[in-house]
Amino acid sequence: MSQEQKNPVPSTQFGIFSVGDVTPDPTTGRTPTERERIKAMVAIALKAEEVGLDVFATGEHHNPPFVPSSPTTMLGYIAARTERLLLSTSTTLITTNDPVKIAEDFAMLQHLADGRTDLMLGRGNTGPVYPWFGQDIRQGLNLAVENYALLHRLWREDVVDWEGTFRTPLQGFTATPRPLDGVPPFVWHGSIRSPEIAEQAAYYGDGFFHNNIFWPADHTKRMVELYRTRYAHYGHGTPEQAIVGLGGQVFMRRNSQDAVREFRPYFDVAPVYGHGPSLEEFTEQTPLTVGSPQQVIEKTLAFREYAGHYQRQLFLMDHAGLPLKTVLEQLDLLGEEVVPVLREEFARNRPADVPDAPTHASLRAAAEAEASRNAEDAVSAGATGAGGREEVAAG
Amino acid sequence: MRLVVVSAGLSVPSSTRLLGDRLAAVAAKEAAAPSPAPAAVQVVELRDLAVEIAHNFTNGFPGPALADAFGAVVRADGLIVVTPVFSASYSGLFKSFFDALSVHDEDALAGKPVLIAATGGTARHSLVLDHALRPLFAHLKAVVVPTGVYAASEDWGAAGLDRRIERAAGELAALLRGVSAPGSAAAGQASTLVPFEERLSALGQSPRPGKSPRAVS
Repeated sequence: MSQEQKNPVPSTQFGIFSVGDVTPDPTTGRTPTERERIKAMVAIALKAEEVGLDVFATGEHHNPPFVPSSPTTMLGYIAARTERLLLSTSTTLITTNDPVKIAEDFAMLQHLADGRTDLMLGRGNTGPVYPWFGQDIRQGLNLAVENYALLHRLWREDVVDWEGTFRTPLQGFTATPRPLDGVPPFVWHGSIRSPEIAEQAAYYGDGFFHNNIFWPADHTKRMVELYRTRYAHYGHGTPEQAIVGLGGQVFMRRNSQDAVREFRPYFDVAPVYGHGPSLEEFTEQTPLTVGSPQQVIEKTLAFREYAGHYQRQLFLMDHAGLPLKTVLEQLDLLGEEVVPVLREEFARNRPADVPDAPTHASLRAAAEAEASRNAEDAVSAGATGAGGREEVAAG
Repeated sequence: MRLVVVSAGLSVPSSTRLLGDRLAAVAAKEAAAPSPAPAAVQVVELRDLAVEIAHNFTNGFPGPALADAFGAVVRADGLIVVTPVFSASYSGLFKSFFDALSVHDEDALAGKPVLIAATGGTARHSLVLDHALRPLFAHLKAVVVPTGVYAASEDWGAAGLDRRIERAAGELAALLRGVSAPGSAAAGQASTLVPFEERLSALGQSPRPGKSPRAVS
């Protein structure tokens, strides 16, 4: 409680997300062991809390060279060693994981972490994962739709009868444990290029995370606008009230030339963008910023120009074989020099009706408010209705 | 009316570009008839886009100049595509442009009138039009005009080439006068969006019970 008072709920959450790749350091040729990489991810998460960031999110992968196959195991361990950090995923595979297991794993994590958890659903980007988990990639979108429809019910209905296309039917099934305080973990739907997923997020009134790190601004703008428009269409609020998250990736040194010099060998051979356009072209066309903290601040502030006011900003910091020591130095700069300025600037001119980033506390308060509204409606309906219906109010 | 020439010629000047220009001149004039002002012609030189096309494969998104070229092709009412023959087929650069375009927008050429043309050092490769270009543009759902134009070195200056240019460009112009190409899907993603209830019900799932939007305080 005292923690919450010391650190008011941020209107925009700032944090980091990790892919969990094991990549050789191109400057030394050394590849970390899986154990080293896993421990490094934990160290990075603990550092995120130490420097005042709000969120740590881990990817989910089931093939080398990636290590995080079991996100809730990792996040549970981090939860035990942190007090304030919100633990999330980037992403949890809604296509190949059993929605029943997702419901259980994240409800369990929610209890252990005292509500400091949410999750981001995605379809993954590795085709063979589908057959490895007994699914058909051609059904990727339908799996995302059906599995989430079930997950959504499992967290909201104590007893579920269900039948679908891809999974064994359920009869009188109760996912345990029930969500903490009866409030399901907040769900972000992550998508890079599928308007169908923006539509899904809008339909449920969930968050939409656009991982824009490899994409030009006009693409991000289109996707976020689509989600905002559809969010309003489904009656969850105005387009400006939709819950948006964005990615970003940065490499900083106090002196921008130092940042470019140090990062270029990593950029040039990085698995995702190496051997392609130059560092300069890439930074011009995508959110990647390599430079001083001030440059990172300026570029990140410009995201709002095409995405509107938003609720979550996650940076990719540990990738391309960067050594742990360097990543921790990056987090010092991010937490001490960049995020405090971003928090201040993001709060400026933010309309009052743009919602704050959702947390367990805010969702619980909203649920309680809705419950008491419903109770009042029931009372007034009972009072004005035909005689003999007073029992409605008691219910 | 907008006509776009996509030329994969590599030299400057190039006979591939020259063939594209001559086809465009005739088609632009006939497509606009009886107006004396010819239709607007824009030329997309793939040589200038070669690096961005390569980067598009490693990046997943087009650079600014390539994005402009995609836009021009998508908005065109008709296309004239010209490639040199390399190793008995269209050039890799030519194919790469249309590969990247179709990933960017798979219906970019759907229903669009396209005139296919190729150049080569010898007439022995003239069937490249029918064994390589025509299937490619059929796959891309384009309406390919019946006459394609192949120009070998020996054809330049010979009388037959002009007749084939007139005939092919006339066929393209007739299509342009008769049909207007449908807009591209990329311009209106939202309009082709399947409402979520339809996706749910297609899977036998009922839409969420009642209307209970999340309270956003």
